[in-house]
Amino acid sequence: MTITLIVIVSVLAVFLGWLLRQSINVRPWVPAGASVPPVVDRLPAMFTTPRVGLIVFLAAISSLFALTISAYHGRMQMAGDWVSVPVPVLLWINSAVLVLASIAFHISWRAAAGGEQKRLKSGLVAAGIFSIGFVLGQAMVWRTLNAEGFYLGSNPANSFFYFITALHVLHLVGGLVAWATAMMKTLRGKDAGKVGQTVELCAIYWHYLLFIWLVLFGLLLST
Amino acid sequence: MVAGQHEAVSHAPPAEIGEMELPHAGSWVTKYIWSQDAKVIAIQYGLTATAIGLVALVLSILIRLQLGFPGTFSLIDPAGYLQHVTMHGMIMVVYLLTAIFLGGFGNYLIPLMCGARDMAFPWLNMLSFWIYLLAVLVLVASFFVPGGSTGGGWTLYPPQVISEGTPGSGMGIVLMLVSLAFFIIGFTMGGLNYVVTVLQYRARGMTLMRLPLTIWGIFMATIMALLAFPALLVAAIMLLFDHLLGTSFFMPAMIVISEQKGQAGGSPLLFQHLFWFFGHPEVYIVALPAFGIVSDLISVHARRPIFGYRMMVWALVAIGGLSFIVWAHHMYVSGMNPNFGFFFATTTLIIAVPTAIKVYNWILTLWRGNIRLTLPMLFALGFLLTFLNGGLSGLFLGNVTVDVPLADTYFVVGHFHMVMAVAPILVVFGAIYHWYPKITGRMLNNAMGHIHFWVTLIGTYVIYYPMHFIGMEGVPRRYYAYGESAFVDDSVMTLNAVISVAAIIVALAQLVFLFNLAWSYFRGKDAGSNPWGATTLEWQTPETPPGHGNWGKELPVVYRWAYDYAVPGAKDDFVPQNVPADAVELAERDPDGSQR
Repeated sequence: MTITLIVIVSVLAVFLGWLLRQSINVRPWVPAGASVPPVVDRLPAMFTTPRVGLIVFLAAISSLFALTISAYHGRMQMAGDWVSVPVPVLLWINSAVLVLASIAFHISWRAAAGGEQKRLKSGLVAAGIFSIGFVLGQAMVWRTLNAEGFYLGSNPANSFFYFITALHVLHLVGGLVAWATAMMKTLRGKDAGKVGQTVELCAIYWHYLLFIWLVLFGLLLST
Repeated sequence: MVAGQHEAVSHAPPAEIGEMELPHAGSWVTKYIWSQDAKVIAIQYGLTATAIGLVALVLSILIRLQLGFPGTFSLIDPAGYLQHVTMHGMIMVVYLLTAIFLGGFGNYLIPLMCGARDMAFPWLNMLSFWIYLLAVLVLVASFFVPGGSTGGGWTLYPPQVISEGTPGSGMGIVLMLVSLAFFIIGFTMGGLNYVVTVLQYRARGMTLMRLPLTIWGIFMATIMALLAFPALLVAAIMLLFDHLLGTSFFMPAMIVISEQKGQAGGSPLLFQHLFWFFGHPEVYIVALPAFGIVSDLISVHARRPIFGYRMMVWALVAIGGLSFIVWAHHMYVSGMNPNFGFFFATTTLIIAVPTAIKVYNWILTLWRGNIRLTLPMLFALGFLLTFLNGGLSGLFLGNVTVDVPLADTYFVVGHFHMVMAVAPILVVFGAIYHWYPKITGRMLNNAMGHIHFWVTLIGTYVIYYPMHFIGMEGVPRRYYAYGESAFVDDSVMTLNAVISVAAIIVALAQLVFLFNLAWSYFRGKDAGSNPWGATTLEWQTPETPPGHGNWGKELPVVYRWAYDYAVPGAKDDFVPQNVPADAVELAERDPDGSQR
């Protein structure tokens, strides 16, 4: 559980640091007069409400993946039956495709911010193609492994391989729902500014899922 | 106390806070069924949680009938008994307490107490309730599938829970795990709302350090839940894999009726680590909102500022943080590395420090207060007593050497029912008596309330106090019947009968409470907008019950903390949060200078 604890302590440390700044040298019992403009106690402007919502969600997902990795390590050491899965070459290609999806989302985000309708549309199309490509690629990996005899239940390493890759893909598929909304809006010719928020959230989410994937891929390669 | 004597002055600069776009309900259906109004969602959560809680209450009566009068009631067989115990535990902890504190009180109070119009993401909030309802329905469905609901204990330990021979090891456990997954997904949607609303939608002037402790409790509990529930989700999915797809995450090699099963090498201990990594924070996910609410109840009804506000906030945060590093104190007898025991016993006992700070501060708030023994105050005092009792027996169980002989006995049952069943539920009741006037505009009936309080408080002590002694006798829990067990003293059987009778009486008292809720809704005394003379924002709304968007045209502006009771020189003994320092009505003074 060490990895989980490190993740949770980091999340809580950010929270505590922020809280400390809010509560040190504050005298809550002192009332203010009407002539003094009331304090508007907010996070910095870059933390818009949807972004804060997404960040809180990502913190919860971090805990989920940290726990999965902890369980992976725990199970690996607990019985002597672990036989690592040879990482298929296709996984390298999939990783590259996911990087491209992330880049395409980033370009779309910039385009939406700059009001460039055409670039936004092509960026979103590319992001969608790469993301769906990644999902299909992962499905091909599962099929290949299965065909080679690495069945889900035959070894804990296999079980974990399928489990963590599926957990990651499931999060990506959830994100694709948001992508589809943005895509529909763009195709219907909605203003780039209006789609901007969804695209921005998608981009952050994809970057985050790429990061998680790199961690998971590293885990699969190293064990 | 005369309500509404203070006129809020709001000539503050124009709002720096953007107005929320509120989804307006077009029809009765979108107003009360598919509602996006946090107040309606809160009531939906509350009613659903109460309904499923009643099922768990009936299950507990069935358990008690069997234990008090073994062999008398043929409708309870050994398998059924185990199923009742399992479902009672799971429903009460997750589907009732977690849902009612966060989904119920969280939804109702966060926007109102923070001075917001609604939650940050109303649509997501609505979805959160409907997924919760789905989780409850799936759970209820598990009672009716072949083999019935799971009977493997609420901790769902593999290999037992998914092994043949355990009641409900077929569809029962599958539905339980699916239901939990739904619950967690639904909760995450609600949880995002609670956290983001507190962070982003506080009224002007509502700094973090001016938030009522109720909000602090709910806020911290939500953060913990968002980080801890994933552990249960991972464990539940892996257990489903083991059960349905033949993996060996948790399943060791097993021989069933001399036949070797396919799975091998899995670690039941791994499941226990995951489960309790969620399970222990869960205790505080339920307790922190209770701590927060009780702080406010005590302060309002003792007419005293809360003692050590900042310390109270930091104690909540400290308890929340520490609760993530104590989980294995539930596993002293699991066969884990004994050296861990020392570490976890130490961290467990350290939690007593911030908890004791809270208890002392509550007592110091009461000290020389103008205590009004209203129903919310009675329940708050009941909580204080019960939490202290339950907490003290926790010190016993936190020590490895004491826990080993007491593990899996009725001592444990007595302890956790005191500390995390009775104590929080007393707060739930206190909170309902306190906020019902705001939610409905009417007071709850006092006489019925007193019957409810005294029967519940005294009854629960008759139920749970003796369990400690039964536990020290070495009587194990989760046994259907003790048969000819020589070590079980006759007095234990007598006590068990007494406990069962008390449990039935306490259950009946809850019917008085439910009747009161319904009766007062139509016949209760008119409450006015602020019957308790409280300072927090929810009592300052232009309408009671608060209308859509809570605040009429203008959002409130906050000038002070939530605990300005008995302010020296002020005319009333409370000053609401939205009254500026220079607008407080002063008390008239006699010619000799003394205050009237």
